[in-house]
Amino acid sequence: MTDKPFIARGFHSRRDTGAAGRLPPGQYETRDFPVLSAGPTPRTPLAKWDFTIRDAEGQSVRWSWDELQALPHDMPTVDIHCVTKWSKFDTKWDGVSVDTLLDAARARGLKDGAYVLAFSDGGYTTNLPLADVTNGQAWVAFGFAGAPLAPEHGGPARLLVPHLYFWKSAKWVRGLELMTHDEPGFWEQLGYHNRGDPWREQRYQGDP
Amino acid sequence: MSSGTKAIPERLEWHVGTVVEVRRETPTAHTLVLKVPDWPGHRAGQHVDLRLVAEDGYQAERSYSIASPPEEATVALTIERIGDGEVSPYLIDVLHIGDGLEVRGPIGGYFVWDVAEGGPLFLVAGGSGIVPLMAMLRHRARAKSQVPAHLLYSARTLDGIIYRDELAGLVSPDVGVTYTITRDAPASWTGYRRRIDRAMLEAVGWSAADAPRIFVCGPTPLVESVATLLVELGHDPLRVKTERFGPTG
Repeated sequence: MTDKPFIARGFHSRRDTGAAGRLPPGQYETRDFPVLSAGPTPRTPLAKWDFTIRDAEGQSVRWSWDELQALPHDMPTVDIHCVTKWSKFDTKWDGVSVDTLLDAARARGLKDGAYVLAFSDGGYTTNLPLADVTNGQAWVAFGFAGAPLAPEHGGPARLLVPHLYFWKSAKWVRGLELMTHDEPGFWEQLGYHNRGDPWREQRYQGDP
Repeated sequence: MSSGTKAIPERLEWHVGTVVEVRRETPTAHTLVLKVPDWPGHRAGQHVDLRLVAEDGYQAERSYSIASPPEEATVALTIERIGDGEVSPYLIDVLHIGDGLEVRGPIGGYFVWDVAEGGPLFLVAGGSGIVPLMAMLRHRARAKSQVPAHLLYSARTLDGIIYRDELAGLVSPDVGVTYTITRDAPASWTGYRRRIDRAMLEAVGWSAADAPRIFVCGPTPLVESVATLLVELGHDPLRVKTERFGPTG
């Protein structure tokens, strides 16, 4: 393993590097909001939409769309980082903290797990340690930039876990499974890193 | 890549590949053929990461789809120039045969097709979204597969069609290629002249009953629209695989 960089002959930065301290390694800033997903955009009517938390013992708690909206909202402004190399600064979201949902689940007797598996319409899943979705680090987000979250960006609701690469912020999310063990999700089974910390450049399996 | 075991996964290391060939495909797209030491092989549809490090330590990384089939030992990348980008103009204007280029890969295990998976194979491309789909068609040809395949390729202009001559040579009773030119089609053009729509997908593609394997790659608006139409036409969403991109300069 050689960490000495190979210098690309004649390559120079054309970007202003004022944002450099906010960019994780290998990322560049975009003002657009690119879309990446593996298949067609699912469309579930809000009347049929719900959000479920399940525990390992099969207990579950469920919120309808209106019930979710009635919970206290957060409006985080965060930087997001996609494994395909773009980062976007100061994105403004509207959502419910995962802490709020987990507190309600615990109050109804659900058992915590050390991991969660987020699951989505269309069959997408992604795994996270519980510690990455608690303490004000994760939301179920349904608003973006002052408007309802567009379907191609994961609407009606997506997970928002901005401190990890954005594939962990599952689009079209429908729930969380509390797990006693870690179980790789969709991209994690296809060669992507299990945790995905952009500051450590954990893009693919085997990265530090 | 995933080994199917719980063994500690091997890291995808950076390798310095060497440019061994440059081909001009269109006025704005060039193909770089790289010889990459210890290249482990790839599947049609996968991509690589490139890393450019400047003298002052500044670095940029980008992903590019692989255009060459698994049957070739070299790795071909087709680069579309993004006008004000910092990576694609470098790759096209500055890099020469004999230069080194840092590469790691192959990456991506979902948007892939192997002849063993069968077909029919329906490929829908927008612009430089043709690149990973070309790897599939080249793989099909090199493997002498009989799987029926059809490519529907939307380009803005006739000159902007990448691999046009090679695609003409691939057409056979089993392989169809349909173009639509969405802007500035010449007066003599007799093919489609509009964005891909439902009627075009019905006319060109297989019906849901034939259960084709479908791969759609191109700019986000095209992919969103085509994938949604295909689901409306009854195709199983799990058989519609998409790769979307915005400008990645």
